[in-house]
Order: sequence, then structure tokens, then C-alpha cells
Amino acid sequence: MMINIRNSRTRSGEMFEAIASEEHRSLTMVVGMATGDQKQARRSDAPQDTAEARPASNIKERGETLKEDLDRIIDEIDEVLEENAEEFVKNYVQRGGE
Amino acid sequence: MAIPKILGTETEYGIIGRNDPDFDPISRTLLLINSYQCETPSPSLWDYTQESLRFDPQAMSFDDIYDVPDQLDPLSINKVLLNGARYYLDHAHPEYSTPECTAIRDLVCYEKAGDRILEYSRIAAEQVLTGGQQILLYKNNSDHKGNSYGYHENYLLDRNTPFRLIVEQFTPFIVSRQIFCGAGKVGAENGTAPTVYQISQRADFFETEVGLDTMVKRPLINTRDEPHASREKYRRLHVIIGDANMSEYALYLKLGATALVLAMIEDEFLPRTFTLRDPVATLKGVSRDLTCRKPVQLDDGSTISPIALQWEYWAAAERYCATFSVEPWGLDVLQKWAYVLYHLEQDPLSLARELDWVIKWRLLTSYMNRHGYDWDSAQVTMLDLQYHDIRRDKGLYYVLERSGKVERIVTDAEIDLAVDEPPGDTRAYLRGMCLKKFRQQVFSVNWDSLAFNLDEGNIRRIALDDPLQGTKAQVANAIEGATSAAELLATLSGT
Repeated sequence: MMINIRNSRTRSGEMFEAIASEEHRSLTMVVGMATGDQKQARRSDAPQDTAEARPASNIKERGETLKEDLDRIIDEIDEVLEENAEEFVKNYVQRGGE
Repeated sequence: MAIPKILGTETEYGIIGRNDPDFDPISRTLLLINSYQCETPSPSLWDYTQESLRFDPQAMSFDDIYDVPDQLDPLSINKVLLNGARYYLDHAHPEYSTPECTAIRDLVCYEKAGDRILEYSRIAAEQVLTGGQQILLYKNNSDHKGNSYGYHENYLLDRNTPFRLIVEQFTPFIVSRQIFCGAGKVGAENGTAPTVYQISQRADFFETEVGLDTMVKRPLINTRDEPHASREKYRRLHVIIGDANMSEYALYLKLGATALVLAMIEDEFLPRTFTLRDPVATLKGVSRDLTCRKPVQLDDGSTISPIALQWEYWAAAERYCATFSVEPWGLDVLQKWAYVLYHLEQDPLSLARELDWVIKWRLLTSYMNRHGYDWDSAQVTMLDLQYHDIRRDKGLYYVLERSGKVERIVTDAEIDLAVDEPPGDTRAYLRGMCLKKFRQQVFSVNWDSLAFNLDEGNIRRIALDDPLQGTKAQVANAIEGATSAAELLATLSGT
């Protein structure tokens, strides 16, 4: 189940070429509108050097860019992640609230 | 026609001390609250009295004979903020309740402002701590050891809406909405079926369908009904099932879709009802199905996938929005809701910029692949926890936000504004502005009242039964023109 998710990453651009089923055909317009907004928002919000802001010439290149991007984030996470994770997690005990 | 949506959220934060062997969450929470805006004198009493005085917009009602509310050390456990919010100690957690809002986007700003307020409190509190002691705060709902703390949404509904209808029609929606608003969690708790990762933080903690409790035997539908407003006119629906979101997008969609569904229930607009065979078990099952496709059992023997169930609500909401002149945010919510359901159907991982549970899943699995960790590693649970750390330099959600890796709904400037300015379209405006201008004279506050100490022993209380009274349009001129609370009261009461 989880492996499916990991392996079935949808590539951007293919999403709206096929509508899933007849019953959702009528949704194309609304979804398309929403997607348009989304892409526009990404273009203006995302820093210019991210993969989202650059049209990748092919899927492989885009995949590599995404991986580099993620590698950079993981480096950053390594810098900020709490040390002694085992002890930290063990000590994180909360009283019930609400 | 459904009443205008008036909504707010309450967030309890997880709290822990570092280099603090005698850490006590209660005293540390009090320190946090008292450290926030402590340069502003005279915090106000929280008015616990339950009087429900009529509010006449033409001539505001006042209560001249007013007893001081009986409460234990109220100065230290409650703070009413300039933005109209309430910041207080709840059991052993700091809790922040947003001011009343009518626009979904505004509420995203005010909830996010709460995270900033807690962060400012933390920084201020640590000024007085010694020996490297620190206070760390988490906007999540579980300690991974079977203890949960809440995140609650509040929606005012028309009192005439039959509660039976709410239970019938709202239950399938909230059981399935986690597919877009779950915050993601490593592992299982509370004696539930084991899993390495699940969609919701809270699902493991719900045990009954309907009830009043929030701490034990938690119900899918909570019956607590304190409207903090006219009881004849309003019911307050206290939604306790949700996860606290880091993602603005997930938060916005959670609030917006829920508000639309409730409006349809009020108007008896939903064409057919789905009855889940076992809603409590379904909640946990949906949380464990990362494909969001596995069919759930309905009472009539048929099955439906969680995504298809959400599409049914979406389709009704689309017709609803086309039929009635809905609130301005309705269409935008409808578009984002469709966008998310469509992509969940195609590939949930394609929403790794929008939904907390997907953002976190991608982060965790990438990190595990890089370092060779498995789901049992303490590092993975640490990542899960630190995703919710509200420090903007250390919290992992904020690392991603800083790098442009998550979709946003509001801007930092708008959140900063919401830290100190009340919303203009509810009674929170009058509350916040009176605290700004006449703080020394504000004697006590509650959601539905404001009392002023005009001079020695003369306390006058305004009842604010209607959350849509006291707005900027109604009272801004009166507040601006008044040089004292007495003058303001005279203007407002028309004397």
C-alpha cells in the first residue's frame, strides 16, 4: 500500500490529460480553474531557483532537480534536528488536555 | 437560509522543558502567558458569569449591579489579547482561542497569529530562565504515548437545526475529511491497530459517536453547546475531531469545507445521507489507508471510498453555491477542495506541498532513505514531533516553508497584523479596540461581555449577545471619538 504511493508519483503536466472517470468529467472545468490558480500561485510564491519555477526539459532532469532540492533540505534538517533523539522522544510526555 | 458563518478555533500546545529537571508544565505555561505583552499593564478578569443579557443594537444594554466573578487567581491564567483572542492555561497546556471570524482566510491568519504569539511568549519567558533552561512548544495533538491534547473548531449554527440532522449528515463528512486535513503521525496509540504511519494524529483517541466528554471516551460529535451568544438564536458546534494543522492550505480547506457542509445541513440541502456502519472504526481505518481509496462500509450494505464520499459532499456544495448567494470565500474553497480530491485520486504524493500528512510523509521517507532509518528509529519520531515545533528557525514545517516547499494561503505580513489587530467584522473588534484604548478601565471580559470600571466601584457591563455586533463599521467612530470609557459607553448607549 505504501510502496504504491512511493512508486506512483504523478508527473506534473499529465494530471489533466486523463479524467479519472465519467462521473468526474463535469469537474474538469472547476478542477482546471483550481489548477490554474494553483500554478499561478506557485509561480509567484516560490523562490525563482526551485524546480517548480523552472520548466524542466524532461522528466529525468526534473527528477534530478527535485532530488537535489530535497537533499539540500535534508542537510538543513540535519543541522536543526534535536540531538539525542531517543532521549528527547522518551521525555516528551504530555498530560491529557482539552 | 443558513446563518452567516461565525467561527473560531482553540489550540492546545504541547509543552516541554529543556535543561529543566524539575519541569512543571503548569508553572511554565503561566510564565509564558505572563511574559507576553507584559509591558501592557492591568490584564483583565475573565468573566465566568453566565448571565445572558439582551443586547439591543439601538440602545446597548448595561448591567450596573455587577458582582465580581468568583475565580481563582484569574490574573495569571487568562489573558485577553489586543487581537480579541484569549490566551490561557488549560489543564497542563497553554491554549490560544482565536477571536470570532466570519471569513475563512481571516481565521487562518488569526490561528497562525496564535503560533507567533506563543513563540514571542517563549522568547520573552526564556529571558528570565537560567542555566540554559528552555521551553519548547508543539502544535500537534499527541505525545506518541497515548496522551492527546486538543484542537477544537467552533461553528455557530442556527438553533433551529435539528441535532439529529447534524449527527446524521455531519458524521460521514468528519470521518472522511481527514484525507485532506490530517496532520500525519508515526505509529499507533491507545490500543489501536498497529501501523507505521497514519493520516490523522487524533483518530486513535475517539471511542464513541456522540457525547459531551472531551478528555475520556472522546465522541466524534461533541455535544458541548455554549454558544457564548444568544442561546435562542445560536447553537455552537464544538468540533473536537480535527488535527491541529501546520499547513495553511490544509487549515483553510478544513475550515472552509466544514463551514460549507454545515451551511448545507442548516438548509437541509444535502440530497441523501450516507450512514456509516461503524463510524468510530471507520475513522481509524481511514486514517490507516494512505491511498484514501479503500471502501468503507455503509449501513445499507454498500461501500464507498473516502474520496468518493468527499466528492459527494463536494458535488452538493457546488450545487449549493450555485443555488444560493454564498459567502465570498465559498467558491475559492470549492475550487481548492476539488483540486485536492482530484489529486488524492491520482496520487496522494502529488499533494506534498498542500497537505500536512503528505508533506510529513515525504519528509520522513526521504530522510529515512538518506540515512537508512526505519520506522522504529527514534529519529523518525523526532522528525514527526519537530515538524510541529513552532520555532520558525527550528520547526521542520518552517524549514520547508522558508524554502518555498509548501503552499501558502496568507502572507507573513497578514499574520503579523493579526497578532495585534482584531478582525473588523465581529464583536472581537470592540473587545480588541477597547483593550487597546481603554485597557486601564476594562474590568472584565468574556466572549459575550465587556465590563468597565468607570470609577471607584462603578462597574458597567455591556452584553454582546450577537457576535455580529460591535464591528468596525458600527463602533469605530465611537471608539475614535471617545476620550474615556465612560464617553464610549455614553455614545454606544445613546445617552
